[in-house]
Amino acid sequence: MPVEVRLPTLLRPAAGGQATLSVEGATVREVLESMGAAHPELSSQLLTDDGALHRFVNVYVDDDDVRYLDGLDTKLPGDAVVSILPAVAGGAR
Amino acid sequence: MDPSSGAAPGGSAGGSPGLRIDGATLATMVAHCLGAYPEEGCGLLVGPEGSGRVVRCVPTDNVAHSAALYTVEPRAHLRADRAAEADGLAVVGVFHSHTHTDPYPSPTDVAQAPDPGWHYVLVSLRHELASVRSYRIVDGRVEEEDVTVLPDGSGGSPGSI
Repeated sequence: MPVEVRLPTLLRPAAGGQATLSVEGATVREVLESMGAAHPELSSQLLTDDGALHRFVNVYVDDDDVRYLDGLDTKLPGDAVVSILPAVAGGAR
Repeated sequence: MDPSSGAAPGGSAGGSPGLRIDGATLATMVAHCLGAYPEEGCGLLVGPEGSGRVVRCVPTDNVAHSAALYTVEPRAHLRADRAAEADGLAVVGVFHSHTHTDPYPSPTDVAQAPDPGWHYVLVSLRHELASVRSYRIVDGRVEEEDVTVLPDGSGGSPGSI
């Protein structure tokens, strides 16, 4: 059963301008990999060459940041909504 | 301290309408930064996309808990994003404080600026009066933009904190 993935404005051009995608996958990793297969430009923006989540990207399952769940191995209930947002950080240093 | 006192117009970014913010929202932003001191304070700015208008600011926790770094609390970002979308608005920028340096984006700020469409607002607490500046950061290039302070009640949403 596909899950809904919500993309931030910044990533929409890499997905043909779509704001939401319907993607098959039982875990966050499977969903990101299927998205990357369909939209190769998205892949490099989300995952590092080692297959880890890029540090400038936050991925949420429903209301929770996957870094506080099981990361990319977080399992997805059938009605899950996966949201992606840029990590917002910086500082005086 | 008058939080609006430092919001002088800066150099205009080419063709950009600049940042327009009402006094109450500006005061909320500066008050949050003062409250977070000595750590950097941060939060998100919400308004109609592409308009330069900020109708509310959403102070967030700085999960870096540092005097020299900030990271917007990710769940607060998600909530702010959803709330903005529900109101037909968008997160259009971010603010953070520099506690001991001028209100100019640091190399870290520039390197980590995610969105060329965003307004990057800096609140400097270096001097007795807070100063506020706004920038666009596109492809690593920093351009200051004008900050216009609007009278309170000039179209701010009822959801303003």
